[in-house]
Amino acid sequence: MSPRGERNAYVRGIGQSQVGRRLMRSEMSLTIEASLAAVEDAGLTIDEIDGLATYPGEMNIQPGFAGPGSPSVQEALRLNLNWFSGGSEGAAQIQAVINACMAVSTGLARNVLVYRTVTESSAQVGGRGVAAETPEVGGLLEWLMPTGAVSAVHWLALVAQRYFHEFGVTRDLVAEIAINQRKNAALNPKAVYTEPLSMEDYLGARMISTPLCLFDCDVPIDGSTAFVISHVDTIGDAPKTPIHVNAVGTALRHRNSWEQWPSPTLTASADAAAHLWERTDLTPSDVDVAELYDGFSILTLLWIEALGFCGRGEAASFIQGGRIALDGALPINTHGGQLSAGRLHGFGFLHEACVQLRGEGGARQVAGSPQVAAVGNGGGPIGGAMLVTAGLG
Amino acid sequence: MASIDLEDVILEIPTEAPPFPLPSRSLESAPIWASGADGVLRIDRCGSCEYYIHPPSPRCPECGSWEVAPSAVSGRGTVYTFTIGLQEFIPGFPPHCVALVEIDEQPDVRVIGRVAGCRASEVEIGRVVQASFNRVNDEVWLPYFTLVAS
Ligand SMILES: [Zn+2]
Repeated sequence: MSPRGERNAYVRGIGQSQVGRRLMRSEMSLTIEASLAAVEDAGLTIDEIDGLATYPGEMNIQPGFAGPGSPSVQEALRLNLNWFSGGSEGAAQIQAVINACMAVSTGLARNVLVYRTVTESSAQVGGRGVAAETPEVGGLLEWLMPTGAVSAVHWLALVAQRYFHEFGVTRDLVAEIAINQRKNAALNPKAVYTEPLSMEDYLGARMISTPLCLFDCDVPIDGSTAFVISHVDTIGDAPKTPIHVNAVGTALRHRNSWEQWPSPTLTASADAAAHLWERTDLTPSDVDVAELYDGFSILTLLWIEALGFCGRGEAASFIQGGRIALDGALPINTHGGQLSAGRLHGFGFLHEACVQLRGEGGARQVAGSPQVAAVGNGGGPIGGAMLVTAGLG
Repeated sequence: MASIDLEDVILEIPTEAPPFPLPSRSLESAPIWASGADGVLRIDRCGSCEYYIHPPSPRCPECGSWEVAPSAVSGRGTVYTFTIGLQEFIPGFPPHCVALVEIDEQPDVRVIGRVAGCRASEVEIGRVVQASFNRVNDEVWLPYFTLVAS
């Protein structure tokens, strides 16, 4: 096995800002709130932060998506940094966390603040049209948007339609993802959608892009999530349960563009998950709780399969019978996910994994002191995975 | 029940430039976007091993040859997957179908385009389709597909 430098890092602190719809607060305000919370949670002072990382960093893209860049946050917090990083390419959103792990492992920094901020809900107020925001597109999007696939829902609907076709899946068989997460969200004080969702509600919902309906799509919100990633040799004075980084998965091995993928089950999540298991002695059966990206519900199904909790094409049957409920054999998206808690865009999943492994889940805490959590981020050509544990495992 | 019956959704043949973002057109992609001017779909092809390369690229990923150029294809293909976009992301734009079409010449080349000239309920995975073009300007001709009677 290759060296596993990510094990030199652990999550020492976690923090989250106010989260909600149309908060009309600035992205910097939310970022500072989450960052200070994470630093305090880590038992550190701002002077002890010497690294900073974010996803995606400054980007000329739709308003509310990117959050402030790392140099802006360095300025706002007057940080004394030895290392910083921002960027949108890599193993999905948590690439920023993985970059921080690499920075502490190489000795470039000791305590790295990592954040992801969105204000997409407030940005929708008085928003402009798709074409006005992006008159010309290159790269991967050059083949999608000009022909009418202007939204991510179209790109993932293409994956979902093929998945449904190949494996004989129908909408009623995947409804449990949205329904179960709504139940979990009702126990999460920060979730934006908490009213119960029934099978009838789901099947009767407005279609957005066939076969995906309203409840298959996550909800834009405002909020910031932050972590402090530190070197394991500081673990002795960590005030909270240290969350160890057991393994990360960052691979990109297939044709992972948005339209040339070899199979609906061979998108980037499959590569990241395979890579994750190559870097650990743990196995899928060791996982106590899974926090799996759900920008669209199909992505959670694909993560369940990619991580090997069931075979390819079997996720729709795997999720039946309460298996993924809080008291099931494998609780999934215990905070409500992006479908019901809101799109914190990837970082919400690692945050929730840490909450569960610390036993801080309150009404939504999974019983039996979960020790191992799997985290998946991203979809389509963008995938990243982490395996985190409450002990050294 | 879904609120819209796909049998009632008519996918009109595009006759005007659609309100979508335009391709930025690299040196490789510009000839592909312009190809429809004469009604012919072209895909980059390796002159050495005859592999079709899409999205276009200057070097053949199969054999390593740099002898790559756009090459006419039949425009016939099969719907690999599709979606009917019902949410109005662009105000006033009617429901439309986006499909990934595997070209007859090489199934691992998927051309993305709208399917039009039929009811939304008629579009299915596996349907045979034929490419036509929707002119945006002299440089950009968007491929779209019509169902071929089976
Ligand atoms: Zn070749």
